[in-house]
Amino acid sequence: MSVMQQLSSPISSSSSAFLSHSSFNSRSKNVSVPARRIGICKCVAVPQEAQTAYTTKVSRNANMAKLQAGYLFPEIARRKAAHLLKYPDAQVISLGIGDTTEPIPEVITSAMAKRAHELSTLEGYSGYGAEQGEKALRAAICSTFYSGLTVDQDDIFVSDGAKCDISRLQVLFGANVTMAVQDPSYPAYVDSSVIMGQTGQFQKDAQKFQRIEYMKCTPENGFFPDLSSVPRADIIFFCSPNNPTGAAATREQLTQLVKFAKHNGSIIVYDSAYAMYTSEDNPRSIYEIPGAKEVAIETSSFSKYAGFTGVRLGWTVVPKILLFSDGFPVAKDFNRIVCTSFNGASNIAQAGGLACLSPEGLKAMRDVVGFYKENTNIIMETFDSLGFKVYGGKNAPYVWVHFPGRNSWDVFSEILEKTHVVTTPGSGFGPAGDGFIRVSAFGHRKNVLEACKRFKQLYK
Amino acid sequence: MFPSCSLLLGTLRGISIIVPLPSSSCTGVPRNVNMEKLQTGYLFPEIGMRESEHTQKYPHARLIRLGIGDTTEPIPDIITSAMAEHVYALSTVKGYRGYGAEQGNMELRMAIAETFYRNLGVKGNEVFVSDGAQCDISRLQQLLLGSNVSMAVQDPSFPAYIDCGVIVGRAGNFQEKTGTYDNIVYMKCGPENNFFPDLSTTSRTDIIFFCSPNNPTGYAASRQQLQQLVDFAKANGSMIIYDSAYAAYVTDDSPRSIFEIPGAKEVAIEISSFSKFAGFTGVRLGWTVVPEELLYSNGFPVMKDYNRIVCTCFNGASSVAQAGGLACLSKEGYQALTTVVDYYKGNAEILVDAFSSLGLKAYGGKNAPYVWVHFPGMSSWDVFNEILEKTHIVTIPGRGFGPGGEGYVRVSGFGHRERILEASMRLKNLYK
Repeated sequence: MSVMQQLSSPISSSSSAFLSHSSFNSRSKNVSVPARRIGICKCVAVPQEAQTAYTTKVSRNANMAKLQAGYLFPEIARRKAAHLLKYPDAQVISLGIGDTTEPIPEVITSAMAKRAHELSTLEGYSGYGAEQGEKALRAAICSTFYSGLTVDQDDIFVSDGAKCDISRLQVLFGANVTMAVQDPSYPAYVDSSVIMGQTGQFQKDAQKFQRIEYMKCTPENGFFPDLSSVPRADIIFFCSPNNPTGAAATREQLTQLVKFAKHNGSIIVYDSAYAMYTSEDNPRSIYEIPGAKEVAIETSSFSKYAGFTGVRLGWTVVPKILLFSDGFPVAKDFNRIVCTSFNGASNIAQAGGLACLSPEGLKAMRDVVGFYKENTNIIMETFDSLGFKVYGGKNAPYVWVHFPGRNSWDVFSEILEKTHVVTTPGSGFGPAGDGFIRVSAFGHRKNVLEACKRFKQLYK
Repeated sequence: MFPSCSLLLGTLRGISIIVPLPSSSCTGVPRNVNMEKLQTGYLFPEIGMRESEHTQKYPHARLIRLGIGDTTEPIPDIITSAMAEHVYALSTVKGYRGYGAEQGNMELRMAIAETFYRNLGVKGNEVFVSDGAQCDISRLQQLLLGSNVSMAVQDPSFPAYIDCGVIVGRAGNFQEKTGTYDNIVYMKCGPENNFFPDLSTTSRTDIIFFCSPNNPTGYAASRQQLQQLVDFAKANGSMIIYDSAYAAYVTDDSPRSIFEIPGAKEVAIEISSFSKFAGFTGVRLGWTVVPEELLYSNGFPVMKDYNRIVCTCFNGASSVAQAGGLACLSKEGYQALTTVVDYYKGNAEILVDAFSSLGLKAYGGKNAPYVWVHFPGMSSWDVFNEILEKTHIVTIPGRGFGPGGEGYVRVSGFGHRERILEASMRLKNLYK
């Protein structure tokens, strides 16, 4: 099928192959304009005579060609947009992309507004900030999240968000390392690894990249991988509380993980972006585990705590004693990357971050987190009452619902078509995600209640 | 190279202080060999360190910073009020916004296209808003283009082009003698060739980095020169990455965008920034234009891959910064910013005059906020040290921008007017 034919056919519910890069052959000069987040995918047809359009002689990065489709979340957005076109009067409810919806508490926004105004004054103007972040913010992050854990404030690198940090870490590690991820996992780990050239080819039958170690996390193993059967990888990505399963690893499990990393000389990249959603006794930082400082980097974010998804602020901890095999400190190279490939998080976002970590700010963040957690309870109860096996939710803003034996994109499409609710298909997070749907709890209360009402109607 | 498993505590006067550790303390993860190829720290933090050392040595000296090109003048009210307004809206149900489009707010993308590329055929959807040119250089170099493409840079040039290339494994080994990396083509730019490379003797590379108005030399390429560059790229099937971060400083008739040159859309990406235009060095906002017409050798549109990178490795510029950006491009905002840019240009003029009056050849300054001063036969680090030691003025040694920078010092025109005048006076005293 030519690209034009593919694009004019109805969007299939199976994997978004039509948007995959493999549908672009070397003869095709039809250019599709990248879709806007809320817009539609526009196709620009190129007339016959322009088939001889000029090309440079620069080879496309072969790693980009290995990516199977667009990044997951813009794909979800495209589906939503197409659905809206089809049903312009439908009240579509988004429980797909984990996008925060509640206003940012005023104590935080006033601090940002104040900083903005100060930039218009002689005394208050500041230009370039330290690439690693403002000292006061680094200190506040340290004392708020790592109190008593012997993490120093200068181990902390402030950034414009965890997703960006993941790529910077990949640039740091380079192409010649191997990696392991949980399966399912947040897609940026795998995708950034592919882009860096770490992964080898995609194997269609297994739906996996050759050189990535996929550590299955399913209900059968309590969403913690059986480490005894996991081969050594240089880098282990581990997210807890987990996106998408919502599982929070126990102290015991994380102790195993740290031991495993130590034994294999691996580096853990621990994603703790949802730590504040932990209700139970689970560790909130990998550094609560003895020995972790010698094996782990931790990355986190203000996105889901403070509604900073658009404001952009996060951080990464790289302990001084984390060393490459030749003894060279990882932090020294990360610092070099941060100074060369980055120029610091926005000073206004950082002012907001500091206010987030004031006593009033912390309380305000906990209130918003509590609100989303209540949404999660409502969603969990709904699916539970319908007889589904429901996971996650207690320690994360995601509910992981099992649809045994079903293709998750088909379930996603069915839910969208019949209830106008957007969710995320589990296979978007990895092959072991198939048969599951991730329902995100970020939304206005009335929308969450309405969505649950619709789920009840569909699955009663 | 460190003995296996030891801890580097730091360096003192170039000597590494290493402590041996039990071998169980190291991970088994090999260090990225490309990081080892970097010769020193990134240039600007190194200058920052020298500044600090100097301040410690002379705590009472009034240091004047004309080194790192950091803006100093307040941002006009109309812009910061727009940012404050946006921020307050985030506290309301109606005004709250979460994730923005990774490519940037469409209104801003179109405003950028309309303001800077009017009549040049650049559309809003070809504009990718970012958190700044330095970050975009990294995204282009390290993520988009990968390690298997060759590159050329001007010599001297903004160090991020080379450093990012080294980190992604494209540069080959560093040669101490020449101060160059084996696999990078250095296009010398000096007074002898009117600061434009002799393209007839330049080898083909896949990527050509070109900055105009230039950092550090301040030279703005002419229309004719840029046409040559575009033709050269076209003939060789190369891709130009054109850095126009200082376009707002152009005084004369020199092009402000590569897309003013016919044919450029098929061969060039343009990066730019609000940093030096709007004082957004801390606020963080920039953009990259990737034309639809720009295709890889297999016909695949570069824009499609760049979009994928931006969606996967980035999450958009701060919505607050973008609100500020939009205000910058309003009629009133743009006018207010022109006044600030003129102020810095006035500074550059004062510095050019100061050096010229001392009989020194001072280049640049006319179309850029940088003055490129020639100290023939001298080591630029020595000149840097002498100026710092004797006048407490921070500059940047030309050598930091590449071997072609040797014998020059870059003096930045960013500063309060009275400091620039003071600096001018001190320099005249030193070199009279």
